[in-house]
Amino acid sequence: MNMQKPFAITLDPGSSLANKTGTWRTERPVYVDRLPPCNAQCPAGEDIQGWLFHAESGDYESAWRHLTRDNPFPAVMGRVCYHSCEGVCNRGKIDAAVGINSVERFLGDEALKRGWQFKGPASESGKHVLVVGAGPSGMSAAYHLRRMGHRVTVKEAGPLLGGMMRFGIPKYRLPREVLEAEMQRVVEMGVKVELNTRVANIATAMQEGHFDAAFLAVGAHIAKRAFIPAKDSSHILDAISVLRSMEGEDQPMLGRRVVVYGGGNTAIDVARTAKRLGATEAIIVYRRTRERMPAHDFEVEEALEEGVMVKWLSTIRQAGEGALTIEKMTLDEKGNPQPTGELETLEADSLILALGQDVDLSLLEGVPGLEISDGVVQVDAATMMTGHPGIFAGGDMVPAERNVTVAVGHGKKAARHIDAWLRGTQIAQSVKHAPATFERLNPWYYSDAPKTVRPQLEMARRTSSFDEVQGGLTEDNALFEARRCLSCGNCFECDNCYGVCPDNAVIKLGDGKRFQFNYDYCKGCGVCVAECPCGAIDMIPETV
Amino acid sequence: MTAPIKFYQTGTFTVGNRLLSPEQRSVQSSLERSNSLNSGHRACQGCGEALGARYAVDAAMRATQGQLIAANATGCLEVFSTPYPETSWQLPWIHSLFGNAAAVGTGIAAAMKVKGRNNVRVIAQGGDGGTTDIGFGCLSGMFERNDDVLYICYDNEAYMNTGVQRSSATPAGARTATTMAVGAEPGAQFGQGKNVPLIAMAHEIPYVATATVADLHDLETKVEHAMSIRGARYLHILVPCPLGWGAASQDTIKLARLARETGLFPVFEAEGGEVTAVTKIRRRVPVEEYLRPQKRFAHLFGAKGQQQMLAGIQARADRNIKRFGLLDVETAE
Repeated sequence: MNMQKPFAITLDPGSSLANKTGTWRTERPVYVDRLPPCNAQCPAGEDIQGWLFHAESGDYESAWRHLTRDNPFPAVMGRVCYHSCEGVCNRGKIDAAVGINSVERFLGDEALKRGWQFKGPASESGKHVLVVGAGPSGMSAAYHLRRMGHRVTVKEAGPLLGGMMRFGIPKYRLPREVLEAEMQRVVEMGVKVELNTRVANIATAMQEGHFDAAFLAVGAHIAKRAFIPAKDSSHILDAISVLRSMEGEDQPMLGRRVVVYGGGNTAIDVARTAKRLGATEAIIVYRRTRERMPAHDFEVEEALEEGVMVKWLSTIRQAGEGALTIEKMTLDEKGNPQPTGELETLEADSLILALGQDVDLSLLEGVPGLEISDGVVQVDAATMMTGHPGIFAGGDMVPAERNVTVAVGHGKKAARHIDAWLRGTQIAQSVKHAPATFERLNPWYYSDAPKTVRPQLEMARRTSSFDEVQGGLTEDNALFEARRCLSCGNCFECDNCYGVCPDNAVIKLGDGKRFQFNYDYCKGCGVCVAECPCGAIDMIPETV
Repeated sequence: MTAPIKFYQTGTFTVGNRLLSPEQRSVQSSLERSNSLNSGHRACQGCGEALGARYAVDAAMRATQGQLIAANATGCLEVFSTPYPETSWQLPWIHSLFGNAAAVGTGIAAAMKVKGRNNVRVIAQGGDGGTTDIGFGCLSGMFERNDDVLYICYDNEAYMNTGVQRSSATPAGARTATTMAVGAEPGAQFGQGKNVPLIAMAHEIPYVATATVADLHDLETKVEHAMSIRGARYLHILVPCPLGWGAASQDTIKLARLARETGLFPVFEAEGGEVTAVTKIRRRVPVEEYLRPQKRFAHLFGAKGQQQMLAGIQARADRNIKRFGLLDVETAE
């Protein structure tokens, strides 16, 4: 082209894009995903950060669907889960942990209110799986197996769904209509449930029903005993029977002065129940100190608020008529309680033993390959399969911490491996991302926002009724709480890297597609890494 | 200066926020930002000036629907963006001399007025050398005539392009090639230098503001507001220089943030000579936290540290805090 150039100009104007400044680089930034502490901690394997992301924009249905990919019972979880996720939440180091549990409950309640249902399987596998026990583990497995297209039959010895969630957790912590609704939603996916059906022998049951695999999830319903010399007239009950009888017509007769022996969550539950049944005094006798009590501290606190009393460092030597003999204990150097010989008398109309529970494993008799030790059946921790091929187990009957969340997690894990086993495949061990530690965050970018506290039922009604103690969050509060999530270790598209690059070397790919580095121009200054709020960029040396 | 809605996850501090409606989002978060200073420029790794220039000019481009001309003083910004025959600028851009950017801006604005093209707006820009020293006469003239130009000073506190010599914006105690870290009072002298934002205010021009590259929303709001006004306007942006300050390249934004949080660089707005708004310190930190990562202040620390000079710098920060009201609640000293 014969273009007339201005005086003394001999070259066409060019763009600096011709200058590939990427060659200056000695280190390069790369986007990474890290495992947030909440997700790593969750016994049910929930993608907590993932569902909070949807809740942040007010898309509660997507949040609920994302959550229920892993755990079908958010309304139950939001009430009874001990939310160890919040204990490890990185936000706890800034102000207070994100109220994950309360948002989960909000989503669960929202789903019940709006009638959201689970979708059935896309296709049927033709396989039939037997689930023994309609507790959290069994129903969780049933849900996941059904979603994978298997026929599922749940056999439950009791008259109702829910297992220990119904017979072990008092109403004031878990209202029965909530429990029932979340159980029924699984049934509505096409899961067959047979109530009042005790499986006497698993081998026979599988043979008779032509089942292809089985998942055993029998709860720990048998109370442990301790030898306490007692007179015939003394009124001694066990905690689990007391809690179970609360589900029937006839409420247990406990008297005015009730003593509970034990220091676990069940001891607390039964003492609070006694208080609600009209006991003027509910006294827990525990042989160690509060610091060493296995019960969760917030439950101890709630119980104390309600007027439950605790006799620390005490054991029961003898049970007589209307009175107990208590021996004071002292902790030795190792923290173990030792008797002091110092005795006192404690008046009591009834004594409730809350010393732990065992599982009835009689249905396993005669099954080859099973290994039973310490009152539980041994399973392969990776697959939940017992020593007998095709028989899997979870929940209280396998070696693990006993709580609802762990049980739900077992159900999910077992379901995935039952599915793989039925298809003759194996699930490849997925490599977990490295943890998203607090040190990797740039907390400057998060506004100050303390945790929202859930309302609690007023004290007068707490000790006189079985109304739910813990209230739920309003929508505003749930949204606020969800937005407190820091998205540790995973890009949430805040555009910081795209904005702070002095060289325009970050390409924004659009909503939901994240970003890409343009290594033609990235000089490797590392500003994006330093200013990424959530620590989702690593700097790695260039190979020469 | 921040958006009225608070999002506790992303805060109001990140560049973008998916929860905001598109019109509320920052220019820099947009796919359509003009990238006025394009890739391939030869600024050092982590250059605060390159970043500040793109932030400011992109915001001015959006505010004027792309009808913008820039005049540029000599300095790093000019040198690294336009090695002949390449340019990184994606807008009409002119460089004349070191000291006359304000006068060139005035001329362009006058020409546009004559041509009846009132929609075309003008910015003039330069570093602290071209603004506070060499171009100061032209700048003061532009102010007193109230010419319709937004002058933007990218302040990196020394002549970086020529090898880090002291300017009248170099802070006390800083080591430069001409204020060596030797003698009883090493580094730049106390009691020297000038504060051009305050001098601009003394001209009683319509708008004067300061900003840093650490607070994008604040910076963009100020540019947008400046472009809504006719007449002489002045924006002074603190842009850390990894090379001249002896700082790690990834710390550019962190240092700008600390400059504000210590009180050493007060962020405020003024109209007609009166301060109208200040950006409060969010988490106050002692000046040491800002000074330590910079090698230009290394002689203040260590075995032969300069406690008295440190105290002097802290006193300057404290004075700014008091003078501009940078803290919500005055903490007892």
